[in-house]
Amino acid sequence: MVSGKGGTGKTTVAAALALALAREGRRTLLVEVEGRQGLAQLFGAEALPYEERKIAVAPGGGEVFALAIDAERALLDYLQMFYKLGSAGRALKKLGAIDFATTIAPGLRDVLLTGKACEAVRRKDKTGRFVYDHVIMDAPPTGRITRFLNVNDEVAGLARFGPIHNQAQAVMKVLKSPETAVHLVTLLEEMPVQETADGIAELREAGLPVGRVVVNMVRPHHLDEDTLRAAAGDHRAGVAQALSRAGLGGSRRGGLAERLVDPLVAQAAEHAGRVELERTQRAVLNGLDVPAYELPLLGTGMDLAGLYALAKDLRKQTVAE
Amino acid sequence: MSEGVDTVGLDTPPRLAVDRLLDDPETRIIVCCGSGGVGKTTTAAALGVRAAGRGRKAVVLTIDPARRLAQSMGIDSLDNTPRKVDSVGADGGELHAMMLDMKRTFDEIVEAHADGERAQAILANPFYQSLSAGFAGTQEYMAMEKLGQLRARDDWDLIIVDTPPSRSALDFLDAPKRLGSFLDGKFIRVLMAPAKVGGRAGMKFLNVGMSMMTGTLSKLMGASLLKDVQTFVAAMDTMFGGFRTRADATFRLLQAPGTAFLVVAAPEPDALREAAYFVERLAAESMPLAGLVLNRVHGSGADQLSAERALAAAENLEEGCIVDQESGKAGLRDAAAEAAGTSAETPETGSPTAARDTAEVDTYDEDGAHQADGTDTADDAITVDVITAGLLRLHAERMQVIARERRTRDRFTSLHPEVAVAEVAALPGDVHDLAGLRAIGERLAAGVPAGA
Ligand SMILES: Nc1ncnc2c1ncn2[C@@H]1O[C@H](COP(=O)(O)OP(=O)(O)OP(=O)(O)O)[C@@H](O)[C@H]1O
Ligand SMILES: Nc1ncnc2c1ncn2[C@@H]1O[C@H](COP(=O)(O)OP(=O)(O)OP(=O)(O)O)[C@@H](O)[C@H]1O
Ligand SMILES: [Mg+2]
Ligand SMILES: [Mg+2]
Repeated sequence: MVSGKGGTGKTTVAAALALALAREGRRTLLVEVEGRQGLAQLFGAEALPYEERKIAVAPGGGEVFALAIDAERALLDYLQMFYKLGSAGRALKKLGAIDFATTIAPGLRDVLLTGKACEAVRRKDKTGRFVYDHVIMDAPPTGRITRFLNVNDEVAGLARFGPIHNQAQAVMKVLKSPETAVHLVTLLEEMPVQETADGIAELREAGLPVGRVVVNMVRPHHLDEDTLRAAAGDHRAGVAQALSRAGLGGSRRGGLAERLVDPLVAQAAEHAGRVELERTQRAVLNGLDVPAYELPLLGTGMDLAGLYALAKDLRKQTVAE
Repeated sequence: MSEGVDTVGLDTPPRLAVDRLLDDPETRIIVCCGSGGVGKTTTAAALGVRAAGRGRKAVVLTIDPARRLAQSMGIDSLDNTPRKVDSVGADGGELHAMMLDMKRTFDEIVEAHADGERAQAILANPFYQSLSAGFAGTQEYMAMEKLGQLRARDDWDLIIVDTPPSRSALDFLDAPKRLGSFLDGKFIRVLMAPAKVGGRAGMKFLNVGMSMMTGTLSKLMGASLLKDVQTFVAAMDTMFGGFRTRADATFRLLQAPGTAFLVVAAPEPDALREAAYFVERLAAESMPLAGLVLNRVHGSGADQLSAERALAAAENLEEGCIVDQESGKAGLRDAAAEAAGTSAETPETGSPTAARDTAEVDTYDEDGAHQADGTDTADDAITVDVITAGLLRLHAERMQVIARERRTRDRFTSLHPEVAVAEVAALPGDVHDLAGLRAIGERLAAGVPAGA
């Protein structure tokens, strides 16, 4: 399960992880639950139907499949499975009953989504081998993840018996097992880190398995702190000379090099401030006692090549442990 | 283009005149929308602070503000009513702020529209509780509801509304209607009064259909839930029309001339794509758009130095260091000699290597460092070269960010050249106090990012 604050890179990290885990001929399934077609967009594919499709081949021959789960369709599938509804199912749909059922009981919706994912986790082929080595879900954000995964309580309260109730129970068993890990993606910024801390506490309290913190979009630091201090302090004159030596104009007062010093030092100070903030946030993350992966900020924006680069990076980190 | 806009030129978008918007007594409501995390709450709060400082009696309705920001405005206690924020008003202006409590707002509607016993029954209903605590769209609906309430009180001459953190700005407009039509939906009506749906002839068929469906649903969800829903629906009977009517009334309020929408976006493709959708949607709904706030834009005080030149110069300095270190003393002496250099002026446009090769370097007037002992100066020169190379790399990175952001902005501007834009520089740290909000307010009013 890949969760995290909105916009921190859940979809990207989930996809990179699916690629990374699809090593040496393994097969992974990437699951999307929010109906946003984020995976299709990321892989530059057509909108995903409610059907498992091969979406990428990992280096070394592994395969990544993708599935966009639609709660309404999943409910109709279940109705079909348990009640052989046939045309009555369509009638229910027409009246808005399906919409109604999936919306009034958010727990029901989540049972269907997690249920479908768990079905894929447990599915075996004819030879008794698991169809997927890993199932990775681009899960709801941190604020909703515990409730989303902890459907059991929710549903047990609302639907005290029936197939949905049993289904929820079975799903919870998988979700609470060591086979599941909830990874939380964060940036080195105050709010996402705070949300990560809150999320971990909630997950732990609910007995759900916390996996890794994935620190995403980590920026390179060109200057260490001493250097920064030196630049901002008594080296201004030297910096002007160095700029000049590097061909950037005169270092005399009013010369280009001399005029560059102030803004460059100001930028460095800003950078230092950010480095300091990041250090603070890193310390908070360290205090959470959850191992972390780290992914760099791709300066040129995200594309398929970038995604594969992140996957490679993740693979190194998952292998290293 | 209406008020609050200065036209600058053809290739740059018109500039959004934020102060004119805030000062105009006709402006009664400002709505800050945009996709998740772009700075809606920050912008709303900053506008409130600035408006109060310019003599308006303003109230800002925030939604899920960051903890420290809420604390700095004294609204970290959730009591769902506006509180005066100390020491921000000037010229008779005041700022009041509140944080939306969506459940409380929902409860208040129920309490206001149902008599005691019935209200209690609704509030205790498990279905109501799940609906009011986290139903998709409830937050948007309640934000609208609260806006309507604040407007009706008429205690403020300017209401600034933040919008919920949804992935799409459009949710703010769509969700209330969705909730309204859900509460008004066919299925709910069927549950309430199956007999009314068909005529006499259809009744038997429908009743059979109904019992099959309710039967299925109760098997699925458990009979108790369905019963809860039915009780809830019965209890809310008189209020359903009310929800729709209220949502419609607030919707009309948003179309009124005193309302101004500000679309907030970060200079990133996703956020600006959302902003473009939203701009189009506002036009379709005849809702008045004041402009786009492009938040967290990067600038540079050294933007005359391109990324390419900065990188080339950095490499040049770094190469110098390696050479110096490899060639030992001789290199150090070279560096020292160079640092001491001649005083010939290097041409501003000189190529990066030219200066090194010809050692045309100024001495820095107030700096006596080059006169110190040769070896020390050489070490210093290397250190300084490393530092300077770092500064240059940092700058190159900044210039690349600026170029990328500008391209992204231009794409939006070419789609919507009529939309006025205020660019707000990215502050180095988070915005979590009144000083930070004031700084954002100043940048909003200036509309162009100051060299960072
Ligand atoms: N390491 C990275 N380097 C550069 N850009 C990145 C990186 N990770 C993610 N992004 C970009 O950040 C943006 C947000 O990423 P993504 O859509 O994966 O986040 P999300 O958490 O799934 O968002 P949402 O909450 O909207 O679902 C995207 O534009 C993505 O391309
Ligand atoms: N111009 C700016 N410079 C630096 N930081 C900023 C700026 N604007 C906003 N921020 C920071 O960005 C973060 C997100 O801002 P904010 O909470 O206002 O966004 P939002 O759009 O309301 O998010 P959500 O959709 O989650 O409600 C905050 O930490 C805030 O301090
Ligand atoms: Mg996503
Ligand atoms: Mg917000």
